[in-house]
Amino acid sequence: MVRLEKRPSPSAFWQWATPVLAVVLTMIAGGIMFALLGKNPVEAIRTIFWDPLFNEQFAAYSRPQLLVKAGPLILIAVGLSLGFRAGIWNIGAEGQYIMGAIFGAGVGLALYPVETRWVFPLMVVAGVFGGWLWAMIPAILKTRFNTNEILVSLLLVYVAQNILASMSLGLLRNPEGGGFPGSRNLGQIPAMANPELIPGTGMHWGVIAAFVVVIAAYVMLQRHILGFHIKLSGQAPRAARFAGVSPQRLVVLCMGISGALAGAAGLFEVAGPSGQISIDFNVGYGFTAIIVAFLGRLNPIGILLAGLLMALTYIGGELASFMLSLPSAAIQAFQGMLLFFLLAVDLLTNYRVRFGAKREVA
Amino acid sequence: MTGTGTGTELLAISGVTKAYPGVVANSDVSFSISEGEVHALLGENGAGKSTLVKMIYGLVKPDAGSMRFRGADYAPAEPRAARAAGVAMVFQHFSLFEALNVAENVALGMENPPPMRELASRIKAVSEEYGLPLDPGRMVGDLSAGERQRVEIIRCLLQDPKLLIMDEPTSVLTPQEVEILFKTLRQLSSEGTAILYISHKLEEIRALCDEATILRRGKVVATCTPRERSAREMAELMVGATLTPPARAAQEKGAVALEVAGLSVASPIPFGTSLKDVSFAVRKGEVLGIAGVAGNGQDELLLALSGELRCSAGAVRIDGVPMGDQGPNARRAAGLVAAPEERLGHAAAPDMSLVENALLSGAVRKGLVKGGFIDWAAAGEFAAGIVRDFDVRTPGTHVAARALSGGNLQKFVVGRELSQAPSVIVINQPTWGVDAAAAAAIRQAILDRAAGGAAVVVISQDLDELLEIADRFAALNEGRLTAPRPVEGLTIDEIGLMMGGAHGMEVAHHGH
Repeated sequence: MVRLEKRPSPSAFWQWATPVLAVVLTMIAGGIMFALLGKNPVEAIRTIFWDPLFNEQFAAYSRPQLLVKAGPLILIAVGLSLGFRAGIWNIGAEGQYIMGAIFGAGVGLALYPVETRWVFPLMVVAGVFGGWLWAMIPAILKTRFNTNEILVSLLLVYVAQNILASMSLGLLRNPEGGGFPGSRNLGQIPAMANPELIPGTGMHWGVIAAFVVVIAAYVMLQRHILGFHIKLSGQAPRAARFAGVSPQRLVVLCMGISGALAGAAGLFEVAGPSGQISIDFNVGYGFTAIIVAFLGRLNPIGILLAGLLMALTYIGGELASFMLSLPSAAIQAFQGMLLFFLLAVDLLTNYRVRFGAKREVA
Repeated sequence: MTGTGTGTELLAISGVTKAYPGVVANSDVSFSISEGEVHALLGENGAGKSTLVKMIYGLVKPDAGSMRFRGADYAPAEPRAARAAGVAMVFQHFSLFEALNVAENVALGMENPPPMRELASRIKAVSEEYGLPLDPGRMVGDLSAGERQRVEIIRCLLQDPKLLIMDEPTSVLTPQEVEILFKTLRQLSSEGTAILYISHKLEEIRALCDEATILRRGKVVATCTPRERSAREMAELMVGATLTPPARAAQEKGAVALEVAGLSVASPIPFGTSLKDVSFAVRKGEVLGIAGVAGNGQDELLLALSGELRCSAGAVRIDGVPMGDQGPNARRAAGLVAAPEERLGHAAAPDMSLVENALLSGAVRKGLVKGGFIDWAAAGEFAAGIVRDFDVRTPGTHVAARALSGGNLQKFVVGRELSQAPSVIVINQPTWGVDAAAAAAIRQAILDRAAGGAAVVVISQDLDELLEIADRFAALNEGRLTAPRPVEGLTIDEIGLMMGGAHGMEVAHHGH
């Protein structure tokens, strides 16, 4: 008989081993799924995890994509992880990401065709402000009226999506675009572009920002009193009040930081890889970042690795659906498995598995 | 007082052993109870009393050993089997629904409840027979703690038990209510019901019990007849060491350090008690003891003094400065430290290390944060200092707070506050769940700080503790504080009346 027994303290080994185990289990279960679909499982797994980086034919295109896709995921996930640690659940990063893109692009386009190097930094500020502003709505509603930030922030995503559609059809539409929806291509306007900084790497300002944020968040959580208060609020809210933490202030702060970073990610995306505001501009980075945050154990370094891994499954998934004609639903199911297994084996951190007869009743 | 039962053996326990991962709760425990005997199970927290009675009540299965009940082998698989055999138990924490009335609550605990009307009349009959006034139609939410306990007792008595187990029954009662309870228990005992009485209050055991079994670290270390022993002797058997009562030097009291005037504040806790016009002043070098039955506003008073609950500025003054509208850290900077009752989750974060927990409340007064950045080395030294000075038994300061035993964590929490050179100290339940030796050390440390010029407020439900260390005494009753009186010359009757007498007695009688 198999039993679970609570560990006296969480296992440090399993805390780090569970993500690895989850990836291995995902490969196995995913392989079975691919086999049932009539594909060679080994080839499918290799196409997802190996080919994007090392296949001579595809790597030249897909390797830079790794940083392009991981950058916004990491930037958003680090912001979310701070709130998640404090028990503040911002589920609406997707909306804040969209609003950051709209605000940033809007400022840039309003200045068009001004050509000074101050335009791009101004756009970054506006993007950060847009995301922050969108996150303040659930934050203030929570502190003032005790609303649920999960619901409010999530529903605001759909509001943001409609604003995005309206913007790309109306206010921000390219006047020289022949009536097609979508804004001017910011990537082609030097003062507004967020270009690839080192050719062939995918490195742009957003990726640099993500790395800086990872380091800053790490230092804050380890050494700064704010990081301590965030952890304390999540683990023992009453002890946090005793330590003098104001829960309201923390909600505003954590929602604000995560919104600002999501907004920044949106701006870097719209000015760089995406290039323009369009109806289908958002590709779910804000939602995927929630998975990345948990996959990385809400730890900045973990999130860095998780973001890269998640980006790899995206690129590899695209490659696999293209090369092996796997349905895209199978790829999504594969990514879903990753989160599922992570949460399932997470149990091992706090419990140990015991084999043998049950010995007690209570 | 009743005799020592009929001599007919009711329950015999022999060689019972129960181990949990990492700890042996009971090791080869043997004792027996006769019919009609009031038997005390005495021991410090963690001595194994609870595990033992859980085995008798069928909640836990022993690893080894056997039990006999009324001459037959007895191994209840679940509480239902224990109840069927004639064993009933009143738990320390009640399991009652506040939104239901007394009769409905009793019915919920029965296997085959009779119709409500019949049950109500039986409750009335039993409550009158045993002198436990209780109106079956009242909502439990409106009852005092003492009355709620009566509901639990009557629920047990309706099953006509042969053995009644009572776990720390007097911790929620005023002295008058304790007397009522004891009368009931003596009557039960004279009718042949045996009572297994768990407590660490020695004077009560001396007043009530016929025999006592003393447990220490899961083993029976002594059996005695409590009436023939002094409380001190039994305490030393329980602890296994000689105890010295705290020493205090008579001294001049200084200026008023903490002044509370007209403090009224709504409780932030659901079903909590709001504070109503609380006023008192504590001088430097003085200890004010605040008694009261649990749930009469003690938690709220601590929150209002620590700054977690804010009020009007003038309601709380520290060294004459209005601080009522300031938060915990501003009050710490002004010299006030506080130790809440609930150790895990309020005074300390369970999953954080002792270093992090030292930082939790020590950051301001010990200067552990500079420019927003934490000085972990200084925090580590502070934590190590607490562990050393207050004899906290731990493998190191890196372990999580929840890995410490209750008593050791209490020493750490109290030590953390007392080590900050405070001018005002507020402590709720300083020795709750702490063994006698550690309790004595904590009380001595509090008295030392008072002797050093600190103004101290001790909120406690342990009257003996308050009488031992307080200079003046006040009681909280439904959120109101009585006028403080000097401890010297107070009688236990006067204290009981300050605490509200026998809660709800008049109302319950009125219902008849």
